Amino acid sequence: MASRKYDLVIRGGRVIDPALGFGSDATVFIKDGILAKIEPESAASRKSLKSLDKSQLIDATGKLVVPGLIDIHVHLREPGHEAKETVKSGCCAAAAGGFTAVCCMPNTTPCIDNQETVKFVQDRAQNADARVYVVGAITKNLAGEQLSEIGDLVKMGAVAITDDGHFLQNPEIMRRALEYARMFDIPVMQHAEDQYLTAGAVMNESFQSARLGMKGAPPVAEEIAVARDIALCRMTGSRLHVQHVTTRGAVEAIRQAKREGVNVTAEVTPHHLILTDEEIGLEFNTSLRVNPPLRSRRDRDAVIEGLVDGTIDCIASDHAPHSIEEKDCEFDQAPPGMIGLETTVGLVKTHLIDKGYLSWADAVRKMTINPARILNLKGGSLSRGAAADVTIIDPDKKWTVKADRFRSRSKNSPFVGWKLSGQVVTTILGGRVVYER
Amino acid sequence: MNRLSSRHLLGLEGVPRRDIELILNTAETFREVLDRRIRKVPTLRGITVLNLFYEPSTRTRISFELAEKRLSADTVNFSTSASSVAKGESLRDTVQNIEAMKIDMTVVRHSSAGAPYFLTRCMETNVINAGDGSHEHPTQALLDMFTIRKKYGKLDGLRVVLLGDVKHSRVIRSNIWGLRTMGASVALCGPATLMPYEVEQFGCDVYTNLDAALDGADVVNVMRIQGERQQSGLFPSRREFSNLFGINRERLKRLNKNYTIMHPGPINRGVELTSDVADGNSSVILDQVTNGQAVRMAVLYLLSGREEGESE
Repeated sequence: MASRKYDLVIRGGRVIDPALGFGSDATVFIKDGILAKIEPESAASRKSLKSLDKSQLIDATGKLVVPGLIDIHVHLREPGHEAKETVKSGCCAAAAGGFTAVCCMPNTTPCIDNQETVKFVQDRAQNADARVYVVGAITKNLAGEQLSEIGDLVKMGAVAITDDGHFLQNPEIMRRALEYARMFDIPVMQHAEDQYLTAGAVMNESFQSARLGMKGAPPVAEEIAVARDIALCRMTGSRLHVQHVTTRGAVEAIRQAKREGVNVTAEVTPHHLILTDEEIGLEFNTSLRVNPPLRSRRDRDAVIEGLVDGTIDCIASDHAPHSIEEKDCEFDQAPPGMIGLETTVGLVKTHLIDKGYLSWADAVRKMTINPARILNLKGGSLSRGAAADVTIIDPDKKWTVKADRFRSRSKNSPFVGWKLSGQVVTTILGGRVVYER
Repeated sequence: MNRLSSRHLLGLEGVPRRDIELILNTAETFREVLDRRIRKVPTLRGITVLNLFYEPSTRTRISFELAEKRLSADTVNFSTSASSVAKGESLRDTVQNIEAMKIDMTVVRHSSAGAPYFLTRCMETNVINAGDGSHEHPTQALLDMFTIRKKYGKLDGLRVVLLGDVKHSRVIRSNIWGLRTMGASVALCGPATLMPYEVEQFGCDVYTNLDAALDGADVVNVMRIQGERQQSGLFPSRREFSNLFGINRERLKRLNKNYTIMHPGPINRGVELTSDVADGNSSVILDQVTNGQAVRMAVLYLLSGREEGESE
């Protein structure tokens, strides 16, 4: 077998790799889990394929072949909340959604503020269906007070730090986190929400919260948090990554900061690009309870604009699994969060590409090379010699989101029942097919 | 047509005028029953009504229970101040267990907005919202409208001021929808810190100056101000609230002749209203309470689907 020239060949598809500037029909050759070469389709290449047996050949005619997608904001819930998700089940969901790498958030139990827990998650991720990059806690126990042993976390492989779910309210601690993280050249990922302004909030503050009589989180709570962090980032010269941007004010602050050359990056979720707070009053569906909350149309339109003009660098799902019983309750009693890994590609295609906001190349860039660069991850491109992480998408395949098809352990998605176009058909991780439809 | 367009009463937002008129007209009949020597009719004999109160309530709970009893329904009461989560049994499990004992209608008071909507997905019974968080309290608004209509013979064209904690008042929300559907003109008045964000989108006139709000109004419906709002710093003191937003005899001069003072209770005397106004000739506060029973009888009857004269 060692004499085999290639282990896997993907032919007939349109290869889109924004990092390589590639966007045409080509054949992808994989050997020993590595991308051996990409060649334009030609008579010669077609002839050389004849010697391959069927098991080595994937026919991607009519499909898109893209670098394995990367989601830098995922909750895998293990250790501590295995009823919601495990590292294995979360990676399985990632593979089904076309993601070959995910960054997991540290709000587990115990939380990821120490080397042992980083190691535990990495061990669980061995042989899983996706690569798992661990994001460590900024502060011990996510309490917002004392810095974690960040050097230790990085040594063990943590790629960034965040107290996701909690905003570092104390600006002095945030300043130290930025300064300290700079020593290791990792970004500080911040959940931007001034919690004095959002105490008790269960949705966006707008006419919709007025109408429903629910406590709302004002968009300025995010805007103020982002503006403050940008000021600290400018001062410290560190790297700030703003998680799940949802407001016009935050987009504008980030746009301005980038123009000045401040080292800031940002992500947005599919749900904040598509849904608004107007959906909540229809039937108080607890899958719509998320933090940050679904905003108004005005804010939704602003984050789309920010994504299109590059202010927002990448799309991340904030995949946040919760068990059925936790979400089967009164709206304000439900924990915030929705799952996303398995719907991102279909949502992006149907609601951003089909509506003319993004090209496929733009969308792929925001789910591959851009997130890889933010966190200095390998991958995000099909360059020769890289690990063979490849996603194949049927760009116009119509499908309906069904709860019982989710590979995630949880089903908390407001998109169940939605008709989408664009579906992942094959996911390849290090040359191994980990998902096939 | 003597049927409502929904089998539940979850709120007044979106409820058509025809439904509101049907409820108010039916309530007139039941109001008359309350003046009889024997205040009981066999209309809902054999129907079992669950009163599910997840929040403390005196007036609304007694009003519903009496309304049910005067209609000859069987009643069962479940009251707790603990949230379902604190209690350890989910709301779904609680109501499904009670429903398994055969219940026909559910009246629910809950601190979570939307809880009655959730119940319609857990149970087969009709659901009547008796107050959900700061969202809606439809029977209170219906009895307010009934009381106004009884005095003026109409709602169309009247100017009604809803005064107080607009942000947290479910009574105000239900009144806004109901009154506007019925053609009244609505003004909202209260401190800016107790106004919801984007309040102007309700389509009402909004005032933070009480005198301006009262100018030319026919009805003032004064809401209770909760002590906890002051404790959490939404206004500086009861004294200042009373100075700026309290109704007293002097201020009534700005109202139209034949004005009406209303309050859903319980009153903080001397804060929202001075006692002479609360007990004065223009106050219909106790009529509201009596009428509330008639309105709730009407709602229970109409939602039950029972035909007139039909029993069991």
